[in-house]
Amino acid sequence: MATQSAQQLSANRTRLFKDRFARYGVTAGGIMVLVALLLIFFYLLYVVQPIFESVSLKKVNEFNLPQAQQVEAVGMEEQAEIGYRFLQSGKLEFFALIDKNERQAGEILLSEQFADADKISSFAKTLPVNKQYVYGLNDGKAVVVEPKFNVTFPETASTSATDRVERIITPRFEVKNDGQPLVIDEQQRALQKLAYETDGDGMLFAAAVDGSTLLITHFVAEENFMTGAVTLTPNYTEIPLNSAIDDIVVTPDLRQVMVRRENRVHIFDISISGEVSERDLLPMRKGELGNATGMYLLAGASSILLTHDTGLVSQWFEVPGDEGRQYQYIRQFDAGSPVTDVEVEYYRRTFYTLSENGELNIFHTTSEADLYQGKPAEVDVERVMVDPRANYLLMKTASGYSLFDVDNEHPEVTWSGIWQEVWYEGYPEPDYTWQSTSGSDDFESKFSLVPISFGTIKAAAYAMLFAVPIGLAAAVYTAYFMSPSVRKFVKPTVEIMEALPTVILGFLAGLWLAPLVEAYLPGFIAILILIPTSIIAMAAIWSQMPTNIKSKVNDGRASLLLIPVVLLMGWLSFEISPWIEQVLFDGDARRFITNELGVTFDQRNSLVVGIAMGFAVIPTIFSIAEDAVFSVPKHLSNGSLALGATPWQTLTKVVLLTASPGIFSAVMMGLGRAVGETMIVLMATGNTPIMDWNIFEGMRTLSANIAVEMPESEVGSSHYRILFLAAFVLFIFTFFFNTIAEFVRQRLRDKYSSM
Amino acid sequence: MKKWFRTGKPWIWLTAGSVSISLVAVIGLVIMIGWRGLSFFWPSAIHEMDVKQADGGTKHIIGEIYDSEIVPTTRLPQSMVELAEIESETITRYLMKIGNREYVPLDFTWVLESLVTEDTTPADLAVIERSKDGNFYGRITAITEQGNVIARQGDADFRELLFERVERAVELNEQAMGLQESEIASVNYAMGELELERRRLQLEDELTDQAVAYLQEQREKLQQDYQVYEEQLFDLREQAQRDTLLVKDFRGEEVTVPMYRVLDVNFPNDMGFFAKVGHFFQQIGKFVSEDPREANTEGGVFPAIFGTVFMVLLMSVIVTPFGVVAAVYLHEYAGKNSITKLIRIAVINLAGVPSIVYGVFGLGFFVYMVGGSLDQVFYPEALPNPTFGTPGVLWSAVTLAILTLPVVIVSTEEGLSRIPSTLREGSLALGATKWETIWRIIIPMASPAIMTGLILAVARAAGEVAPLMLVGVVKSAPMLPVDGNFPYFHLDRKFMHLGFHIYDVGFQSPNVEAARPLVYATSFLLITVIVGLNLTAISVRNHLREKYRSLEH
Repeated sequence: MATQSAQQLSANRTRLFKDRFARYGVTAGGIMVLVALLLIFFYLLYVVQPIFESVSLKKVNEFNLPQAQQVEAVGMEEQAEIGYRFLQSGKLEFFALIDKNERQAGEILLSEQFADADKISSFAKTLPVNKQYVYGLNDGKAVVVEPKFNVTFPETASTSATDRVERIITPRFEVKNDGQPLVIDEQQRALQKLAYETDGDGMLFAAAVDGSTLLITHFVAEENFMTGAVTLTPNYTEIPLNSAIDDIVVTPDLRQVMVRRENRVHIFDISISGEVSERDLLPMRKGELGNATGMYLLAGASSILLTHDTGLVSQWFEVPGDEGRQYQYIRQFDAGSPVTDVEVEYYRRTFYTLSENGELNIFHTTSEADLYQGKPAEVDVERVMVDPRANYLLMKTASGYSLFDVDNEHPEVTWSGIWQEVWYEGYPEPDYTWQSTSGSDDFESKFSLVPISFGTIKAAAYAMLFAVPIGLAAAVYTAYFMSPSVRKFVKPTVEIMEALPTVILGFLAGLWLAPLVEAYLPGFIAILILIPTSIIAMAAIWSQMPTNIKSKVNDGRASLLLIPVVLLMGWLSFEISPWIEQVLFDGDARRFITNELGVTFDQRNSLVVGIAMGFAVIPTIFSIAEDAVFSVPKHLSNGSLALGATPWQTLTKVVLLTASPGIFSAVMMGLGRAVGETMIVLMATGNTPIMDWNIFEGMRTLSANIAVEMPESEVGSSHYRILFLAAFVLFIFTFFFNTIAEFVRQRLRDKYSSM
Repeated sequence: MKKWFRTGKPWIWLTAGSVSISLVAVIGLVIMIGWRGLSFFWPSAIHEMDVKQADGGTKHIIGEIYDSEIVPTTRLPQSMVELAEIESETITRYLMKIGNREYVPLDFTWVLESLVTEDTTPADLAVIERSKDGNFYGRITAITEQGNVIARQGDADFRELLFERVERAVELNEQAMGLQESEIASVNYAMGELELERRRLQLEDELTDQAVAYLQEQREKLQQDYQVYEEQLFDLREQAQRDTLLVKDFRGEEVTVPMYRVLDVNFPNDMGFFAKVGHFFQQIGKFVSEDPREANTEGGVFPAIFGTVFMVLLMSVIVTPFGVVAAVYLHEYAGKNSITKLIRIAVINLAGVPSIVYGVFGLGFFVYMVGGSLDQVFYPEALPNPTFGTPGVLWSAVTLAILTLPVVIVSTEEGLSRIPSTLREGSLALGATKWETIWRIIIPMASPAIMTGLILAVARAAGEVAPLMLVGVVKSAPMLPVDGNFPYFHLDRKFMHLGFHIYDVGFQSPNVEAARPLVYATSFLLITVIVGLNLTAISVRNHLREKYRSLEH
């Protein structure tokens, strides 16, 4: 007996243990749902968050190089292993940036003297992309140098076994024109200021001689077909100016030369044949910006940056206007103290400024972002250069050289840039633009979520315009008037409607409905008028019917009675469509809309989307609203009817008022669905990101945008993260609508249960 | 009349009208898709027409009438109106599918009704279905074997011989295909595995000479196998190339159609009603069982059906336990506190979050984060080629499982709430623990409700496309996710999906006109599956409600 109860006890203990275990397990499972939602929320946030981070600099290495008089430029290769510097004395030195293998940081790897120090009169460099440097000499000649790097993966006995091949980078250089100096000035005057650019074959030099004379020398490259040898044919132009030349820059397409003389900037156009013509003189805003002190070109070479003695940096670029494209002041950046040097990045519109007080500033032009300000190495910065991948920053400071790791992945994205108008290079005015990719390298991505958010709202609005009246009216009728036997068939049908895959609706909208709307546009307008009037007419006729027929089909079955009417009117509308078109629109409605009304007409337009997406939203609205109306306590409506109100009065004054929160939540749910719908919009519109309420044009929505661009965006890029932001916005949008709707519904349910 | 308006009757009728509009729209849509989808399989007559040309001559065309429309005369060029001597305001024009893609710039052409001077449907016109270049329309004049004519049109048993030869070629092609898809594919797969094995040993520093020799030996063995199969394959192909057909096309020229390209030959003008019905069902059978051809615009949709079903099954396996546990928690365990409220809001929101957001989440979290980590831990030998760190069927199933979780929860909870509380109380009073009550009494009773939820979830998942476009669906998957190579289920593979197939063929295909009926057919298939599933779910639910209603009394 004792053992049996002990056994029972232990059995009970296991059962209790199991019970408790199950309780915890199930609770954990239930909380998993919450976790899943939070996970989505935080994961999206986690991916989005880096685009709003500012720049951080982390010191990698610090080293010293042999003392040199004056450093004209520093640079490095894209792996940030080897750097180089050009000295004023005409010397190029390559040095190691980090300790690797036998190399020590700061070790000189290669050096070369290109000209005697006393013969050098000026120095110039191209944009970072072209990576060439020039020494101007005092006899009118110039030496063009390009630092180069060989990357090899030598296979040795030890590497082949592990499959890990060591990368070895060795520096070298190339002196253009087969090592010979190029003659810039035939009269052999000293080149006091120099600017140089190349487009690969041709070369363009602009130099100041005798203080105020501008010399433009254009070398046209011609390849000998027989030998393949390239000969450079010079083309000399001399332009005397009134006063001393301060700065010269040349664009890499070799079509423009800009010359600054104090506060005046001259723009010269160079034609393909080499003729020079003065185009423009920039009106300086001296009072606003202060005296100009320097002039630089931004990556992509569409913008000029001017530095001013007030510590401001101003950006100028060409804007299309009435008199063609003209340079215009765009925006300014404040570096705090007068800027002594500006370095631009290889591809992006980020630039680095050095100020008189020794501070480094990092800006991004388009996003107007002030990304960094300070002294990263705690001492004054004298020269700075970024590597081609913009991951490292090489700095010459007062105390030596340092290499910094730059974390500046997404300078072009700012919160204001996404939601406000941005003035992009070459655009006539600030605008909301979404244009994420293009073929060219120096293309600037334009990430404004405004046009696609607008598209989302537009699509949802047209869909709701179509779905709300039909959905709500149908719900009210089904819940309140319809006879139960019909209702039993109608509800599942609508549920089926909800289950129809949206890809099928989208396909029909794009390939069947869109051409149909285009061909029978007047018919579709006719439907809007014909169907409601015919329904009312039918009601009037029915009310005149003899009672014995009327009683057979009461109001509860009216919708069945109306099916043939709807079909007939639909058919009729299409039949009379060509006729209306002849009478009202001169035989072609589409042409009429485009020419007479001046409204653009796309085949895949908002009307099509409205109808197709409305069709997808109707069941959502219908089923929730129907539920709300149906569960209004019967004693309310019965009381109203007993007091002599007509059914319609009871409906509008009692039932709908009571159910109004439920109806509101139905509309909210419908809106949530319309906002997030992807396939219909993707297939039924042209997906152009425009901002226009025109019903005959398309749109691009957040969801369709994600579907189109996500597969081709590079993981971790700004584009990728912005698309995640779009998803996050959608998530928040729908979260908001759904939560409100659910909250209201809960309240309503409590209210009903208390009635 | 005014009084009548005041009673509100017209407004009631207007609300009734909106129900009618919805019904007409749903039913009309389903019927239209069904009609267009199914009529694609019905053999249509081949017309032989003479069409008047602008230069005074006539053009001879052979083809199917594909579509017809009525256009206003004003939209036509004036010269054509004059040529056709049209007086009415509208005119019918036909879209003719004339096939023979290698001899004409476009295999579709518009023909104005009034320009047709002669229109016949001769019984000897054949439509030849080919594996490349689409259909061929014409008169088969002769069959050749190795260049020698063995039978001519008009010979006694010409058609029998024709069908026999077509069958032979199809069979040989099938054999070659089978060899390629099973034996040769599995040799290739084994070769790939060997390479990965070598790489793995190397990474683990266990690549001894012995192992190298073993791998080499295996590889040679496989190569020998491969050579044998390859010889067989070439032999089969050579045999298939033996016969050709000589066909007189619409220009009256005799062209050769190689038999190994021929899939089927039909004489639709010569078919009786029952032959047409037979052909109809045969075509449907082919549609659901064959692989797509010609960039998905022809052939069947078998891989898409397979992919959809496989993904959905995988999803069900994942979603059911989670959904049921969550529902049991919400209904049986959760107290009336704020956490429960939060969870309910989470369920509603999971149901309301746009599906594309799930796609984005799935791509970032499952594919790149989880998948990428799995690759580093379990498949370092394949890197930098991703195994699970790329969209695939597993991630699609997981993503859709989250998406459909609320469906299962809501449905299961509804089922649980319909079980009378007397049953719970009875069980507890007899000494069962709460878990035992739930496990033994409640869940078995709620199983039809769980089933309903699962069916609805499956229906939802089968129709969902947007998230799948990001997490694993492709327009054409060379290999199914299940095959004869160990471990048989390849969850990392990409797959085809019916919904995406519709989008892809309808919007991305080079020849939309040719593909359109196929899209309707695919849509019809998808709708049939989804509507069928939904109707099942609804009937199960209704049945369940009845059952519990009777329990309550």
